[in-house]
Amino acid sequence: MRFMVIVKADKKSEAGVLPTRQELAEMGKFNDELVKAGVMLAGEGLHASSKGARVRFSGGKQTVIDGPFAETKELVAGFWLWQVKSKAEAIEWIKRAPFKDAEIELRQVFEAEDFGAEFTPELKQQEERQRAQMAGQGRK
Amino acid sequence: MTATETHQAINAVWRIESARIIAGVARIVGDVGQAEDLAQDALVAALETWPRSGVPDNPGAWLMTAAKNRAIDLLRRDKRLELKHQQLGHELEAQREMAVPDLDRGLDDEVGDDLLRLVFTACHPVLSTEARVALTLRLLGGLTTDEIARAFLIPLPAMAQRIVRAKKTLAEARVPFEVPRGAELAARLASVLEVVYLIFNEGYSATAGDEWLRPALCEDALRLGRILAELAPGEAEVHGLVALMEIQASRSRARVGPSGEPILLLDQNRGRWDQLLIRRGLAALQRAERLGGAAGPYALQAAIVACHARARSPEETDWARIVEIYGALARIAPSPVIELNRAVAVGMASGPAAALELVDPLTALPALRTYHLLPSVRGDLLFKLGRFPEAKAEFERAAALTRNGRERDLLLKRAAACVESSTH
Repeated sequence: MRFMVIVKADKKSEAGVLPTRQELAEMGKFNDELVKAGVMLAGEGLHASSKGARVRFSGGKQTVIDGPFAETKELVAGFWLWQVKSKAEAIEWIKRAPFKDAEIELRQVFEAEDFGAEFTPELKQQEERQRAQMAGQGRK
Repeated sequence: MTATETHQAINAVWRIESARIIAGVARIVGDVGQAEDLAQDALVAALETWPRSGVPDNPGAWLMTAAKNRAIDLLRRDKRLELKHQQLGHELEAQREMAVPDLDRGLDDEVGDDLLRLVFTACHPVLSTEARVALTLRLLGGLTTDEIARAFLIPLPAMAQRIVRAKKTLAEARVPFEVPRGAELAARLASVLEVVYLIFNEGYSATAGDEWLRPALCEDALRLGRILAELAPGEAEVHGLVALMEIQASRSRARVGPSGEPILLLDQNRGRWDQLLIRRGLAALQRAERLGGAAGPYALQAAIVACHARARSPEETDWARIVEIYGALARIAPSPVIELNRAVAVGMASGPAAALELVDPLTALPALRTYHLLPSVRGDLLFKLGRFPEAKAEFERAAALTRNGRERDLLLKRAAACVESSTH
């Protein structure tokens, strides 16, 4: 199973303070461990929300709101995508991360087999429509 | 932490650390089976201690120390003590020397070396292929015997016995715990890659049972491949194999329909292909090619799946290039199965009549007599040529030959479609 491991923002990350050389080296070492164990699929750090934007959909209307955003603790500062055998394994890995003060959220990624019985006939139809459309486009 | 949580945490630590611990202990005792028993003893100790004392800050180091102490106790009671003491002395000396410039790096490399030794031992040619697969999943994948038995649809006692026998065979043959060198390395590495790819294929196209795909085995094989690529970054074929598996796995969401039926490559919704895995696969293929390994058998197979991955629709597929790569593959590893695949590509590039000319001679080969894909491919070509009664017979033959229930359904459906087409 895959987990998205979400690193929450804090005052420093929102102020655009870059990690120190020491912090970078420690994180590099942790990432190395993840790669060596075949766990790391992807991982990125994000710029402060002041460089981002939000697009809000409301009653069919769209509004673009430029950053920064106030609720620092709810913002995301970075993420990993991990391949693990269980949630416990993901937790065990994050315990080894070189954070001192941080909040990390682990969220399981949906896989096709998770849909199981929820993959209804309607969805199946939708799938088949998509496939037919694609075939049609190909023929053009 | 509740007792259940502690147990889950211990299982997770085991999954992460077991290979390193077994490898580290095997270097001391020189026997993989014994090393695994000692590592298991350390795990039992953790299961007894941690629920009371809590999980230690560095659980991996705790387990490693516990297992190594048991190894040294065992050696003390053993005749090998004298000899090993000398070796351990040398090792400690060597470690101290390395410790001066960069302790961490020295230790990391050593762990890597031990893991490589473990890989080569678990995949040693003295073992049967089935034994290699089981031992690799158990020692390197950190899977329990029960998990392996379920993955391969074999009763637990039979799988347990297979593993015990494999360990005994290694001990009796006195297989040294080492990485092969020189000319031997290439052949032994091929054996390792074969085992990993077998595990992947067992998951990707389940040969038996009613499920077409057993994703857990694919994930285990991919993880083993990715670990291997880190352990032996200079080996082009390792990257070739990783590329092949990443790109094939990228299609797993698209190759099974809502009710579990298989969807063939050209009918798949490419929007459901996993672009992250495709990117990883293409990057791995590039690494293999940069290391001069473009002509290796896994890199060539990866190059073929990469052709499909790059095409946004079936019509955009570069079939001529695929025919070319199959040709290269046939030259280095001639096999009737590759010939059959090449014929399919020729069919796409130049039409079904040209392909049928290549397929027909294959029907005489004893090696393919029970291979269900031969009549399946022939049936498809005959269908495209409008020779429906012949196509129907071929699909039915293929259905009778496959051991996979889902695939049988698909083939029988195609046989039925022949009747419909011939009456219209």
